Amino acid sequence: MSISPSKMLATLRVNGRDVTLAFSPNATLLEVLREELRLTGTKHGCELGQCGACTVILDGTPVLSCLTLAADAIDRPVETVEGLASDGSLHPVQRAFLELGAAQCGYCTPGFLNAAVHLLENNTEPSEEEIREALAGHLCRCTGYTKIVEAVSLAGRRMRASADE
Amino acid sequence: MLRLPAFDFQPARSVDHAVALLAAHGNNALPVAGGTDLYANMKLGLFAPQLVIGLRSIAELRTIRFDPQHGLRIGALCSLDAVARDPAVALHYPALARAAAMVGTPEIRNMGTIGGNLCLETRCNYYNQSAEWRKALGYCLKRDGDLCRVAVHSATCKAVNASDTAPVMQAYDARITLVGPLGERNLAVRDFYQNDGARANVKRADEILTEIVLPLQASGMRSTYRKLRLRNAFDFPLVGVAVTLATDAQGACTQARVVLGAVTSAPFEVEAAGSLLRGSHLGEEIAAGAAEEVFKAGKPLENANASLLYRKRMLRVIAQRALEDVSHPLR
Repeated sequence: MSISPSKMLATLRVNGRDVTLAFSPNATLLEVLREELRLTGTKHGCELGQCGACTVILDGTPVLSCLTLAADAIDRPVETVEGLASDGSLHPVQRAFLELGAAQCGYCTPGFLNAAVHLLENNTEPSEEEIREALAGHLCRCTGYTKIVEAVSLAGRRMRASADE
Repeated sequence: MLRLPAFDFQPARSVDHAVALLAAHGNNALPVAGGTDLYANMKLGLFAPQLVIGLRSIAELRTIRFDPQHGLRIGALCSLDAVARDPAVALHYPALARAAAMVGTPEIRNMGTIGGNLCLETRCNYYNQSAEWRKALGYCLKRDGDLCRVAVHSATCKAVNASDTAPVMQAYDARITLVGPLGERNLAVRDFYQNDGARANVKRADEILTEIVLPLQASGMRSTYRKLRLRNAFDFPLVGVAVTLATDAQGACTQARVVLGAVTSAPFEVEAAGSLLRGSHLGEEIAAGAAEEVFKAGKPLENANASLLYRKRMLRVIAQRALEDVSHPLR
C-alpha cells in the first residue's frame, strides 16, 4: 500500500499560546518552531541528539526537539527559550548567565537555559554534581562549563531568596 | 541540514491499534517509541518507512508495578527516566536503575523508553554513518552491502548490542512479551536476542514489545551494572558488565550471573565467571579470577570508538569493579 504524506493542519501550544498551522508529518518540532513559527531561539545543532542545542520543554520535561515530531507534540505544551522572560524582564537563570558570562557565542545557550530552568523548578538548591548531571546532555565549545555551573547555582540562590520573601 | 525522509505518522491509541496498523502496512511501517535512536538513524538514511506508528500515546504501557509475590512488571513505554527513578526498581533491581540512569542524557532518558532500549538497533562504526559516508565506502553487510567491514570473512554482521539495560535484564533472568497479529508470546530475554548484528532480536516486523517482567530476586541478591565509555557525561558503552549474585546465610554464593553488553551482537553471559563464583565466598581472589574469565571470554572487535585491545583489557577492569560493587558489603 502506498501512502502519500500530505501536510496536516494541527494546533500546537507554544509558550502558552495555541497556534494552528500546517506541517508535514515528518517535520520535527525543531523545524516547525524555527521555520513555521519563526521561533529561532531554539537552535539547530547536531540534529542527531548529541548536542542538546535544540532542547525545549515538552509536557514539563526537557526533550530534544530535533528528535521529536511536531505531529507527536500536538496538544502538549511546548516551552521554548522565547517564553522564559516575562513582562520584559529576564528569567533569573537568563540574568545569571548574562552577569557571569555563562554565554559566549550563545549557540548552546537556549538549550542550557531550558535544562537549567527545569532543574531549578524542581530543586532550587542543587549541588554542583546535580547541576552537572542535569546539563550532561549539553555541549558548549566556548565556556568550559565553569561559568554555566556557577550561573545556575547563582540563579538557584536568587530563586530561593525570592521564594522566601 | 539533516531532515527526516518523507513518511506518514499515525499515533496508536492502544496495543491492538498499533498491531492492526503494523499488520495493515507490513514492511512499509515502523513502530517508534521515544524516537531517540530511530529518528537519528532515519536522518542517516538507515530506515525509510512509509508510515511511522507512534507508540507513545499508548497509556496502558506506561506503568511500573511491583508485586512481592511475582516481581516487577514494566510497561515497555515507561521512559528510562521513570525506570531509573522508580523506588521499587531502585530497591529490588538496583542494577536496572543504574543502567537506565546511565543511558544517554537527561533529555534522552525523558524521551527514550525501556522497550526502545531493549530493541536498540545494533551499532557499528561502519553503520552509524551518513548515507554519503556509507556510499563512498561501498556499504557493509548490515545494510546495502555484502561485506562485513569489521570481519571481512564473516558471514554475519558484527554490529554490537549497545543497550545498557539488555545485559542487566538478562542477568535478572527477565522475560519480555511481544504482541503481534497472531497473539502474544512470552520469551526469556536471553532467547529474545541472537548474535547476528543484522538481525539482533527475534521480534518480527509486525510485533511490538509490550512488557518486561523481572522475577522476584532471591533474598540476599546483589546486583550492579558498570559501563566503560569515552565520555562519562554521555555515551554508548564500549563495554558493559551486569552482575547478579545471591549468597546464603554463611556468605557462600548460591547464584551468579555475569553478562556483558556492547561486546557482541547480543548480551553475552560469561558462564565460566558465573560457575567460578557459585559456591565460593566472594573475596578479592575470587573476584580477580572471575574478572579473568570475563577477559578471556570477551572478544570485542574493531567496531566501536576505541581499539579492540583497549576494550578487551578494560573488560577485566570493569568486571573487577562490578564484582567489587556486589562484594563490598559482604566482607
